[in-house]
Amino acid sequence: MVESSMLTETIRDIVQHHSGMPTRLLQILRDVQDRLTWLSPETLERVAEELSISPNKVRSVAEFYSFLYTTPRGRYDILFSDNITDRMLGNRELLHYLCGRLKVSIGETRSDGLVTIGTTSCTGMCDQGPAALVNGYTLTRLNPSRLDGIANLIESRIPLAEWPRELFEVYSNLRRADILLGRHFADGSALRAVLKRGPEAIMEEMVKSGLRGQGGAGFGSAAKWISCRNAPGNVKYVVCNADEGEPGTFKDRVLMQDFADLVFEGMTLCGRVIGAQHGFVYLRGEYRYMLNPLKATLQRRREAGLLGEAILGDISFNFDIEIHLGAGAYVCGEESALIESLEGKHGVPRIRPPFPTTHGYLNKPTVVNNVETFAAAAKIAVEGGDWFASRGTAQSKGTKLLSVSGDCERPGIYEYPFGITVNRVLEDCGAHDAQGIQMAGPAGHMISAKQFDRRICFEDLATGGSFMVFDQKRDILDGVRNFAHFFVHESCGFCTPCRVGTSLMRDLMDKVHTGHGTRYDLEEMRKLGRIMQAGCHCGLGQTAPNPVLDSLDQFPEAYERRLRSTAYEPAFDLNAALEEARQLTGRSDPGAYLNEEDLLVGAMP
Amino acid sequence: MIEPRLKIATCSLAGCFGCHMSLLDLDERLFDLAERVELDRSPLTDIKELGECDVGLIEGGVCNAENVHVLMEFRARCKILVAIGACALNGGVPAMRNQYDLKECLEESYVRGMGLVNAQIPSDPEIPLLLNKVHPIHEVVKIDYSLPGCPPSADTIWTFINELLSGQAIVLSYRQIHYD
Repeated sequence: MVESSMLTETIRDIVQHHSGMPTRLLQILRDVQDRLTWLSPETLERVAEELSISPNKVRSVAEFYSFLYTTPRGRYDILFSDNITDRMLGNRELLHYLCGRLKVSIGETRSDGLVTIGTTSCTGMCDQGPAALVNGYTLTRLNPSRLDGIANLIESRIPLAEWPRELFEVYSNLRRADILLGRHFADGSALRAVLKRGPEAIMEEMVKSGLRGQGGAGFGSAAKWISCRNAPGNVKYVVCNADEGEPGTFKDRVLMQDFADLVFEGMTLCGRVIGAQHGFVYLRGEYRYMLNPLKATLQRRREAGLLGEAILGDISFNFDIEIHLGAGAYVCGEESALIESLEGKHGVPRIRPPFPTTHGYLNKPTVVNNVETFAAAAKIAVEGGDWFASRGTAQSKGTKLLSVSGDCERPGIYEYPFGITVNRVLEDCGAHDAQGIQMAGPAGHMISAKQFDRRICFEDLATGGSFMVFDQKRDILDGVRNFAHFFVHESCGFCTPCRVGTSLMRDLMDKVHTGHGTRYDLEEMRKLGRIMQAGCHCGLGQTAPNPVLDSLDQFPEAYERRLRSTAYEPAFDLNAALEEARQLTGRSDPGAYLNEEDLLVGAMP
Repeated sequence: MIEPRLKIATCSLAGCFGCHMSLLDLDERLFDLAERVELDRSPLTDIKELGECDVGLIEGGVCNAENVHVLMEFRARCKILVAIGACALNGGVPAMRNQYDLKECLEESYVRGMGLVNAQIPSDPEIPLLLNKVHPIHEVVKIDYSLPGCPPSADTIWTFINELLSGQAIVLSYRQIHYD
C-alpha cells in the first residue's frame, strides 16, 4: 500500500509539473519512465487517472514509441545505434563485446536488473560512431577501451551524472561553411528587421529568396507561411521539425547544438509573420542530451528580450517556444505524424488535405518547417531574398547542409550552394574509392559511380542532407538489407501495404542476402516495391522500397553473384525446421530429415 | 476427333478439406467439368500416385515433412500450380500454432491433455514429423495462381477453372474474391 501511494504521488507530481495537460502525455510518460525505469500497467493506469483520459489511450502511446518501455529494463539501458554507418565502423563486434563483458544477451535485461543492451535506429552520430545511447544520453566514438570503462562504471553502479564527460562528447565536425553557417549572425537582428519593415516586407523577401523546405521535400517556404498567415483564426502555431530521423542525417543536430539562436530566431520571426504566439521544437529523442542546453538558450533569449512577452519592447510581439522531446519514432518526422505526437498521441500520419497550414496542431493553422529552413529564414530577413537567391540553381536557391558519413576521410557537415556535383563532395570529404552513395537516406536514392556527375538540387538529386558513402570494399547489399530492416522497425503499422510490405521485403532481402534467392525473388521484390509505392498511406511506406529498387537497377551484379541457379528456393531452411520436432521425439529415421538431395527442390516442369 | 482432356490433380495439406467441399459444391457443373478434364491424384479419385498433370490445386498450408514432399512432387509434375484457400495462401487456422513453441503445442495435446494414459509425445516414424512453424505454400514452392477465400466459393472455383482451361486471362468479379 505504501509503495502504491508513493507511485500515485510520483505520478501526480509529474502530471502537475506538466499542468495536467493530456497534450503533454508523451512528455509525462518520458518523465515517469525516467523515475521508474519502465512503465508498468499500474503506472499507466495511474497516469490515465491523473489526466482523466482513457487507459487505452495511454497504453497506445506507451506501446508506440521505441524509447518507452512497457516491460522492465535495466537500471542502465544501453542501445547501440545500428545504422549502416555504425556497422561500417564495427558496431556489431562492439555490441557483442559489451554483452560479453557484462554477461547479458542482446535485447535482454540482466537477471540482477542492472543492465539491458539492445539496438536502435540511427542516432545521428554517423560522423563519430559507433554510437550508442545510455538511458537516452548519447555515447560517441565507441571502441573496446571505452566499453571497458563503461562496463566498469556499470558494474560499480556509478550514477550516469558521474560518468566521465568525454564519453558523451559530441563533435560538430563542421567542414565547409557557406552563407548560412559562414557569416556572423547578430542575435535579434532578424526580429529587429521584421519590427522595422513589417511582416509583409519580410514575406516579400521570403518569396524573392525562393527558399524551399530543407527537410528534403522542398515545398516553397514562403507559400507555406503565406497560406498559414491567410488561414482564418487567431490561434496559430510554429513547429520546428528537429526529429531528424533519416539515417545518415545529422545536420540538424549540429544546427541545434551550435546555431540554436539562429533557429529560434527563425521560429520567432515566423511567429511574427504568420501571427502565432506559440512555437514548438520537436526534438528527436536521440538528441536528449541537448534538451537542457536548449532550454537554457531559450531562457537566455527570454532574458535578452528576444522571446516571451513584449519581444524587443514591442507589446504586440509575444512568442514563446517549448521543446517537445520525441521517443524514437522515425515516422514522427512526417509533419502530420509529428503534430499527432505533439498532441500527445501515437504518431500516425494524418490524411492530407487538409494540410497543417490550415489544420495543424490542435487543428489550428500551423507552419511546420525543418530546422535548417528556420535558420535560413532568419538570415533572409536580415540579408534579403536576393542575397540568398544569388546562390544555387534556377529551382533550388541558396545552400544545403550535407551530412557526410561512411567511407571517407573527413565525415561531417558540408554546406554547399545547391547545384554542386556529387563528385565535388566526394573530393572534398576525401572519398577516393566510392562505389555508391545513399543520397537522402534510405528513403532517398542509391546512386552508382556512373551518376557521380549529377548535381545536388531539386532539379536533379533532391536531398534532406544525408550522404552516405560506400567504397569498393563494401557489399552494397549489406546496406540495402540494413535499410530493409530499418523500415520494418519504423513502420507505424497503420496501413497494410507498409506494415506487411516492409516485412515481406525484409524477408526477401534476407533470403537473397544469405544466398538463397533466385531470379524469381528479385521479380517479386520489384512487384512488391511497386505495390508499396502506389498503395502506402504516407511517404514512409512509399519510399521504403527505394533502396531495393535502386540497387536492383544500379548494382545488379551485387544481386547476380548471390543468386541460386534454380528457378525457385524455399523461403526457409526446410530441414532445420524439423529440428525442434526431432529433439522432442528423439527420432533419427530417414523420415525425420528433409535433405536437399532427396527433395525435388526447385524442380519445375 | 476428341481433344485430349486436361489433367488436374488436387490435394489437401494442412487444411480442413473445406476447399474440396467447395469444389464438390459445383454440383451439376461437375458433369461439364468431367467432360473437359481428367482427375489424376485427388481425394475424390483416391489415386495415390501423381502422374504428369496440367494443373495442380493445393488446399492447406505446410505443417509437416510429408506436406513438403507432396507439395514438391506436385510442383515437379504439374505445369500450373494453384494455391486454393486461406490456409494455402497464408497458413490460415493451422498457423495459429505459430505463436507457440512446438513443444508447448505437443505437450498441450499429448502430455497435459485430459484423460491421457501413458502420456508422451508420439515418436512413431510412420507419423510425419512436424515443422516448427506452419508455412504458406508459396514459401516452399513457386505458385502460379492464388485463389483466396475460406473457402473460395464454388462459383469462384468454377470461374477460375473455366477461364484457365479456355486460356484466357482470369477475371474474377469483386464478390468472388473479396469478403468485406
